[in-house]
Amino acid sequence: MNAPLARSTTPVARSELDLARIRADFPILRQRVHGKPLVYLDNAASVQKPKAVIDAVGACYSGYYANIHRGVHLLSERSTAAYEGAREKVRAFLNAASVQEIIFTRNTTESINLVASSFGGQRVKAGDEIVITGMEHHSNIVPWQLLCEHTGAVLKVAPFTDAGELILEEYERLLDSGRVKLAAFVHLSNALGTINPVKTMIDLAHARGIPVLVDGAQSVPHLAVDVRELDCEFYAFSSHKLYGPSGVGVLYGKQALLEAMPPYQGGGDMIRLVTFEKTEYADLPNKFEAGTPNIAGVIGLGAALDWLNAIGLDAVAAHEHDLLEYAIARISEIPELKIMGTARDKAALAAFTMRSIHPHDIGTILDREGVAIRAGHHCAQPVMQRYGVPATARASFAVYNTRDEVDSLVAALWKVKELFES
Amino acid sequence: MSDLRDLYQEVILDHNKRPRNFRVLPQPTHKADGVNPLCGDRISVFLDIEEGVIKDIAFQGAGCAISSASASLMTEALKGKPVKEVEHLFEAFHNVVTTDCECPRGLGKLGVLAGVRDYPSRVKCATLAWHAVRAALEERKQPVATE
Ligand SMILES: Cc1ncc(COP(=O)(O)O)c(C=O)c1O
Repeated sequence: MNAPLARSTTPVARSELDLARIRADFPILRQRVHGKPLVYLDNAASVQKPKAVIDAVGACYSGYYANIHRGVHLLSERSTAAYEGAREKVRAFLNAASVQEIIFTRNTTESINLVASSFGGQRVKAGDEIVITGMEHHSNIVPWQLLCEHTGAVLKVAPFTDAGELILEEYERLLDSGRVKLAAFVHLSNALGTINPVKTMIDLAHARGIPVLVDGAQSVPHLAVDVRELDCEFYAFSSHKLYGPSGVGVLYGKQALLEAMPPYQGGGDMIRLVTFEKTEYADLPNKFEAGTPNIAGVIGLGAALDWLNAIGLDAVAAHEHDLLEYAIARISEIPELKIMGTARDKAALAAFTMRSIHPHDIGTILDREGVAIRAGHHCAQPVMQRYGVPATARASFAVYNTRDEVDSLVAALWKVKELFES
Repeated sequence: MSDLRDLYQEVILDHNKRPRNFRVLPQPTHKADGVNPLCGDRISVFLDIEEGVIKDIAFQGAGCAISSASASLMTEALKGKPVKEVEHLFEAFHNVVTTDCECPRGLGKLGVLAGVRDYPSRVKCATLAWHAVRAALEERKQPVATE
């Protein structure tokens, strides 16, 4: 087997990032696993954290931590200011009109469940329809299925092509039934890498008076998102895929809609006045943030956004695009390796299968070479069913990945072939 | 690569490529499905049991090399065995893939899966077929999951 050797010395990444400096921000990347330098390519599952984020969380706990919105003492005031400061950073990141439109949750999944339960519970009735696409993550399928079970509504699924591109005409046709109460779809598919034409999809829905939720879990780390330009009603994402701590999610919602929606959970912090006869709810955003939130985690997300803004999402996107093109070209040289998801508009990840070698085996062998990828159904089993495979292997990129790391991935994939074909 | 060879031994690669007893039994006395929710792998096992003895056993499905080879090796090991030995064999096998124990002689070829013990995330692959057989013997209707 003549496995091609590393050749990343050809044109250096066209991006203008100072990669050495960026990598130095990530303490975790300095380690070896199984005796090999860690090559972390499982970023779509969760991304590693820069020191600025780790330090911000540490500074909160060691310097000024207290519960928020309640104390008159100094630490509580400082924690509240830092927590609300992070909300303003998220608002600016999304270009939302007001901090009242930024709700902190646990993750994307909870953000979507909030909308399904509160908005859906209020507006969706038997016979109504919810439109999603065939490339959704389970977290943008199951909440709607539960809502449909409770209400007697029907879930409609817009199909996509073999390349992994949404069939817009089919999507439009589904919107035309006159019964659709919400369209909910993924911005960037975690299983295929497809970037959906969300602006067009939102406009098509709005033309029929249908509100829209966008699952932005994968898109926010890779593309600049402007919710006012998109004009979507809801946008959901997780901090942990955006260089921030796990345990924090965001739901953006248009203010008028959020105001009209009933609370999602009841408890402390979301009330104005409680008597045993009746409770008055707090104003936005607190109405949707019952109980003590992940205070240090939210503050860490704020630090992640500062860190990311200093680099600039455009520079991040350019670098990742370069990496993806390089990776796709290199892994395509491996015989019988098939890339799943070849949409024209694509970002950040390459999912693939190798004939007769199961992705789990690929994942295990790569791990021993220091290369961390994801093998499995990526919480998108309908996508696997669409292509008739049980699972895929997926390499996904972040700003700190390099062409050398792509070379390590490729060399390890050749080893997989060697082992299975000997 | 040497440590990978401990996991992917020749026998395993061979059983993965050419699984034994890989078919459907037309009229099994017992059958069940096993799913590994982690990776979506799904296998079905079929047994023909007569007077407490496994007369025939077969499996079908898609899985990784470890789960396919393990299922294949399991069918070879169980064919002709009294049903009451299954539980004991499973326990011995489970010990081999999860602990540092010496592999008992009675396990025969199943011992080639001992390398799995160094790969905790793969133990479920190695035991999937066994869980399915135990479910079949208990006549459970729902597919068993490995977690
Ligand atoms: C497209 C997409 N949606 C939703 C989610 C769920 O995110 P979380 O697990 O943070 O709720 C993910 C995470 O993998 C995702 O990739």
